[in-house]
Amino acid sequence: MEVKDIIKEENLVYTKSKILTDKVFHYCPGCSHGVVHKLIAEVIEEMDIQEKTIAISPVGCSVLAYNYLAVDWQEAAHGRAPALATAVSRLMPDKYVFAYQGDGDLASIGTAEIIHACNRGENIVIIFINNGIYGMTGGQMAPTTLEGMPTSTSPYGRDVKLAGHPLKITDLIAQLPGTEYVTRQAVHTPAAVRKCKKAILKAFQNVGKKNGTQFIEVVSTCNSGWKLSPVKANEWMVENMFPVYPLGDLKG
Amino acid sequence: MAEYRLMKGNEVIAEAAIRCGCDGYFGYPITPQSEIMETLMLRKPWEETGMVVLQAESEIAAINMVYGGASCGKKVMTSSSSPGISLKQEGITYIAGAELPCLIVNVVRGGPGLGTIQPAQSDYFQAVKGGGHGDYHLIVLAPASVQEMNDFVALSFDLAFKYRNPVMILSDGVIGQMMEKVKLSEYKPRWTDAEIQKISGSWATTGKTPDRDYHIITSLDLDSAKQEIFNHKLIAKYKTISEKEVRYEKISCDDAEYILVAYGSSSRICQKAVDLCREKGIKVGLLRPITLFPYPTKIIQEMAKRVKGFLAVEMSAGQMVEDVRLAVNGKVPVEHYGRLGGMVPTPNDVVKALEEKLINVK
Amino acid sequence: MAKIRGAIKVDVEKCKGCGLCVVACPTSVIALSRDVNSKGYNYAYMEVPEACTGCANCGLVCPDSVIDVYRVKAGVEA
Repeated sequence: MEVKDIIKEENLVYTKSKILTDKVFHYCPGCSHGVVHKLIAEVIEEMDIQEKTIAISPVGCSVLAYNYLAVDWQEAAHGRAPALATAVSRLMPDKYVFAYQGDGDLASIGTAEIIHACNRGENIVIIFINNGIYGMTGGQMAPTTLEGMPTSTSPYGRDVKLAGHPLKITDLIAQLPGTEYVTRQAVHTPAAVRKCKKAILKAFQNVGKKNGTQFIEVVSTCNSGWKLSPVKANEWMVENMFPVYPLGDLKG
Repeated sequence: MAEYRLMKGNEVIAEAAIRCGCDGYFGYPITPQSEIMETLMLRKPWEETGMVVLQAESEIAAINMVYGGASCGKKVMTSSSSPGISLKQEGITYIAGAELPCLIVNVVRGGPGLGTIQPAQSDYFQAVKGGGHGDYHLIVLAPASVQEMNDFVALSFDLAFKYRNPVMILSDGVIGQMMEKVKLSEYKPRWTDAEIQKISGSWATTGKTPDRDYHIITSLDLDSAKQEIFNHKLIAKYKTISEKEVRYEKISCDDAEYILVAYGSSSRICQKAVDLCREKGIKVGLLRPITLFPYPTKIIQEMAKRVKGFLAVEMSAGQMVEDVRLAVNGKVPVEHYGRLGGMVPTPNDVVKALEEKLINVK
Repeated sequence: MAKIRGAIKVDVEKCKGCGLCVVACPTSVIALSRDVNSKGYNYAYMEVPEACTGCANCGLVCPDSVIDVYRVKAGVEA
């Protein structure tokens, strides 16, 4: 059987979600953002909630996320996405509201907003991309940067005496009674991608039940910031990030 | 039938918000304006009109909740006092940059820093000239009575939605804390979803329907050529606002040789000062700007052709006086008188300052 | 006995040549081309098309959603 006989419409088993626009991602080759964007798009498509979804993008690499998913978007100030999401969800309680944030946005400048939104149990989904670095501004130290990990503002590696410890904010979030589902996922292998999608689907489905905040951390790579190839970055993540940020459900 | 009550300025802001169909209030406590949120929490409008009231974790969160709510085409507001308004500046500039309607109430207290909890008018520059980063303006209304605290809430929302621009009510600790008789507004229902679609359906994030492209609320454009075009669009909007929305009150100005220019609580003190001057035979009038942006520049320009001088009276070290000077453009003397740090001048102080700074100058 | 055959179609112009699909493929079908697209990326292609089972692992890990996956049950070939 020839390839041309296989590549036919009726044999198509995997393609781009219709919720994704035709714009080319501005992300670097191999960036985890693209995979997570895709999974959210697939969940929105499968749940048929495009009309009911309001998305909030952060400041960071994913500031332009609004170019890629065909849902209504609000672009927040740095760290404030949970505050916007709070208001949207309170004012339009039948909507599926999600905030998409990176580690600098969520775990540094926006710590108060995320902790209090989760503590109030806002009926929203938080997607938290943790790659341990500030990607957009060129690879500076993030709150989640690992001990000893070099960045442009910790060029000799993160010194915990100087800069404190990697912030395991998801562990803190899981302690809050306002959260219903708190999980830590990754998208480095096909199996991990499938699991992460299940987690995102569960979170969005939970929104309909209004039992609290849904929080998904995705431990991710920033191969440009880490100065590794995409494949090597995944290996580095498994070896170094996962021991500090172990995958699995923390709650719910 | 009209409903009259004796109320505090702050309380009436809350009452007016409920009655004008406000969808959401997001705030954080700070003196001297905490009664606004307290009144709302006591009134429980969520049971009555469905209005959302939320005590945020900070002023920063509160203004960003306003940003989120305004993005949905809802009538949303926040209130604070000077140090809290400083914290809100980040959110306010995003809201201005995203061209969103909302109401921000500043019940001003003395500064800088933590300053004092007593009334002041030292946030004029911040309110009128932008406040946060970038080229933008708020529409700024300055109430001088509890009645105007009531009336300006609905007016603010009207202007905010007309121009897709944030509006600030620049009050102060005097107006916020004092009690006066007020005629309350009639109840207007909150907008239905269909009304929101009609008013803001071309831009609001209410969920992408098949009949339209998806909406993006943002203040970001990485293409500087496009950003410049957007900046010009904003400037054009502010020009229109300046042409159409100037509001002021003239008291005894027709035969006046000297004009006091004062807004908010200072204007009430000046009203008495005008009477005292007239008793002494000095022909003094009062110009009370009601909108601080847009500023009543033209009327000052006209007055400058026939009066001997202007005295700007404000509880600051001299902020609004700069706009008076810009309008007068050197034609006649423009002086400033103000008390600082939460001190409030008396009418006699104003008369004395007028005599010393303008009338008895050799 | 029916055999599963698959194939992929890569949007060559949008592929950034990150290579994540190459390592995700369990049957070593995919490689990065020596040619480049207009942006200069060595795009992914089927180097060993006959080994493809249409498992879609490549599509799943692709950050840019540029891979369409096709699968068909084919008869045993002579």
